[in-house]
Amino acid sequence: MKQEQHTPYKKRSQMQEIARRFVRNKQAVVGLIMLMILILAAILAPVIAPYDPLKQDLLHRLKAPSAEHIMGTDELGRDIFSRILYGARISMTVGLIAVSISCVTGCVLGAIAGYYGGMLDNVIMRASDILMAIPSILLNISIVAALGSGLQNVMIAIGISSIPGYCRIMRASILSLRDQEFVEASRAAGAGSFYIIYHHILPNCLAPLIVQATLRIGSAILSCASMSFIGLGIVPPTPEWGAMLSSGREFLRDAPHLTTFPGLAIMFAVFAMNLMGDGLRDALDPKLKN
Amino acid sequence: MSENQNLLEIKDLSVQYVTVDGTVHAVENLNLTLKAGETLGLVGETGAGKTTTVKAVMGILPTPPAKVPNGEIIFDGRALNRLSAKEMRKIRGKQISMIFQDPMTSLNPVMTVGEQIEEAIRLHNRISRREAAKRACDMLETVGIKAERAGDYPHQFSGGMKQRVVIAMALACSPKLLIADEPTTALDVTIQAQVLELMKRLKNDMNTSMIMITHDLGIVAEICDRVAIMYAGEIVESGTREHIFHRAAHPYTQGLFGCIPNMLDEECRLIPIQGMMPDPTDLPEGCRFRPRCPHACDRCAQGAPLIEIEPGHQVKCVLCEKEA
Amino acid sequence: MTKYILKRLLMLIPVMLGVIVIVFSLLYITPGDPIDSLLGDDATPEAVEQMREQLGLNGGYFQRLFSYIKNLLHGDLGICYATKQPVMDRLMQTFPNSLKLAGLAVFLSVIIGLTMGIISAVKQYSIFDNIAMALAMVGNAMPNFWQGLLLMLLFALHLHWLPATGFTTWKHMILPAATIGTSSAAAIARMTRSSMLEVIRSDYIVTARAKGQSELLITVRHALKNALIPVVTTIGMQFGHLLGGAVLTESIFAVPGVGKLMVDAIKARNYPVVQGGVLMIALGYSLVNLLVDILYAYIDPRIRSQYK
Repeated sequence: MKQEQHTPYKKRSQMQEIARRFVRNKQAVVGLIMLMILILAAILAPVIAPYDPLKQDLLHRLKAPSAEHIMGTDELGRDIFSRILYGARISMTVGLIAVSISCVTGCVLGAIAGYYGGMLDNVIMRASDILMAIPSILLNISIVAALGSGLQNVMIAIGISSIPGYCRIMRASILSLRDQEFVEASRAAGAGSFYIIYHHILPNCLAPLIVQATLRIGSAILSCASMSFIGLGIVPPTPEWGAMLSSGREFLRDAPHLTTFPGLAIMFAVFAMNLMGDGLRDALDPKLKN
Repeated sequence: MSENQNLLEIKDLSVQYVTVDGTVHAVENLNLTLKAGETLGLVGETGAGKTTTVKAVMGILPTPPAKVPNGEIIFDGRALNRLSAKEMRKIRGKQISMIFQDPMTSLNPVMTVGEQIEEAIRLHNRISRREAAKRACDMLETVGIKAERAGDYPHQFSGGMKQRVVIAMALACSPKLLIADEPTTALDVTIQAQVLELMKRLKNDMNTSMIMITHDLGIVAEICDRVAIMYAGEIVESGTREHIFHRAAHPYTQGLFGCIPNMLDEECRLIPIQGMMPDPTDLPEGCRFRPRCPHACDRCAQGAPLIEIEPGHQVKCVLCEKEA
Repeated sequence: MTKYILKRLLMLIPVMLGVIVIVFSLLYITPGDPIDSLLGDDATPEAVEQMREQLGLNGGYFQRLFSYIKNLLHGDLGICYATKQPVMDRLMQTFPNSLKLAGLAVFLSVIIGLTMGIISAVKQYSIFDNIAMALAMVGNAMPNFWQGLLLMLLFALHLHWLPATGFTTWKHMILPAATIGTSSAAAIARMTRSSMLEVIRSDYIVTARAKGQSELLITVRHALKNALIPVVTTIGMQFGHLLGGAVLTESIFAVPGVGKLMVDAIKARNYPVVQGGVLMIALGYSLVNLLVDILYAYIDPRIRSQYK
């Protein structure tokens, strides 16, 4: 099955084709640039941030945006711009890790359910029905209530509550692929289950999984902010966007910048992931494009 | 053959598709006439512009990207391409109707077949729903489907039955012209014969003219009075069935016949036409068949007009020019 | 069809049982003793013990789980720690408010979303399409708690057109319903557009055109019903988001609904209320999904024949 070192033909790169379609899509490129900005902000926060995000300065509370503090200061005199930059670290971490947890777990469970079927399939799918019957924010809140607040538990909660989505995608892809001729041909040639899943089925259901994962990073960021907003996620003084919005609520009338900038930051991040997700979908599967 | 006997006359019709990758000259300066009661076979490979031509007649070209820079379509004495959208709607379905290639997708899955036939009837006749429903049932019986199945949905019918429904729908208003776009391609061979037989019978009963698009010369032999061969957006040869089958003059037409297995020939060899259809955004100068033509010569670069080599038999080839 | 609905209703029982077990277990392992917050630090050990007995907090995991389920079958969801009322009563006081809010939000988002989606599809690449889709992207990405605050700031605090908080008149419903409904309207608009675009290109639309049908009636009679099939799924899914969104929005606008009740209950370790609330919302959500599947069969005859 392994290719020779010197193949007589050049394998036409699918990656190049996908990249070409992606780059031709204006919205996708905008999404990619926005994502780059977010990642740079997260990595370079200590370098770019003009102030310590936790340093209080009670003499300069609730200052409107100015040259010194380009996004103003909050109720404890902390620099909002610096806090937004550090907040990007938290949001990106939550997004990536929560999605990794749910994607890996969901795919494994979905693959088992779809490929083996029978009793295992029943158990896994009924469990996923149960999780899906609880709206995700309620499930998140309940899990965080049980495990306690904090970054780690928020990631676990969001990770667990989005497992069923991946599980279903994976199972559905496997069911539709399992009986196709090329898989049967491989089985007829004596390939084992793991080999078939890894070499034939996984590459063919990668597209919907990647799209789902990208879009899910956005909703994980949103979930994290929502939980922090009601005081059950990441707690102050950690610079988390949702928590910042929450503590800015009291000053809504007199100092709206306390809520505006974190709100914009969350929107920016979710927007970037949505644009990326849509762009990837169009690039990976041109059939779906309208 | 006087002017007014022609039911349909297409004069110098061109259709282009304007896309970002270039302009596709799908049909260029096409001339075609159809007499009342006649069946014309429009034959050619996929992409030759057959469907585009008839869609232009129906006025259902997707615009954009399609564009009709020149040409006239005269049907029953009226220039169709000058009619307003509203006037054209009164002709579609009533005077000219069309049967599509794939019966699986050409029926609306969420409406009963009865409703869909009724719709066609009620659009062009001021009659009550009850009356229309009755006529829809009659139409179903005419195409060989029991009337009580009018309340069923398309997914409950087989492919051949669906095509019968589509035929019933197309003939519901007794049109003067029926356009059939490869109506049997998507069907099983045995069903093909039945559907073809049905169309032939109904066409004669209703005295309808017909344009039959196909790439199957067997169908042409069975049903068509006259034949027009299309290649890369142009008609390269047209004539009666006898002209085309016995005295094909254009190398492309001869090539098409070379692709049919001949039972009588002992050697039983198929002679394929070499090469591929030219890229429609980048057509060759002069004769478009030149790159694939076994008889190509220098003069082909200029191309030839459509010339009549015997009464009613026209060919577009320089080889025939000298004979004329 | 009736048989199918009955089967689906029966299948709800194990799912709800699963929901009970999950939420019960989560709350069981939640640290902190509710008694402490109820009685304060200076309570006598006897008083604590008596309270424990009264609230059914004694006994092991399984004992408490079984007694919870047993009581549930009698319509008893336990006692609210804060008001000492039965949880069922608390839920029944708040549920109608949430339902009104969700109903209005669904209504608005379906009307707006469908209209925007259909026009965008029919006039693809027009100015309307571009603006509508840009708005939908923004509506999708905007966190609804922030949007709630912005609406409150503009319409209540600056313009004084609508009340900021509370839930007494119909005016109180507008801002929260708009907040909850925006992202759903955005999702429905996007789904409707792409579904319509796909349907408009199908062969049976050309058939209808060939019959001489007008473009308007083609859109309404032929395209819309087919395009609605995936849109109905989206609407069903949005209902879950809506219930979730209500949790935050009700807190912001101080709407006395199930969402606010639950957020307050979680913060106060008022577990019976949390448990009852989750169960109720999960049941509502599942019933809506069942309704969506029935609606499916109504729209699509192909699915209908599968149910027989």
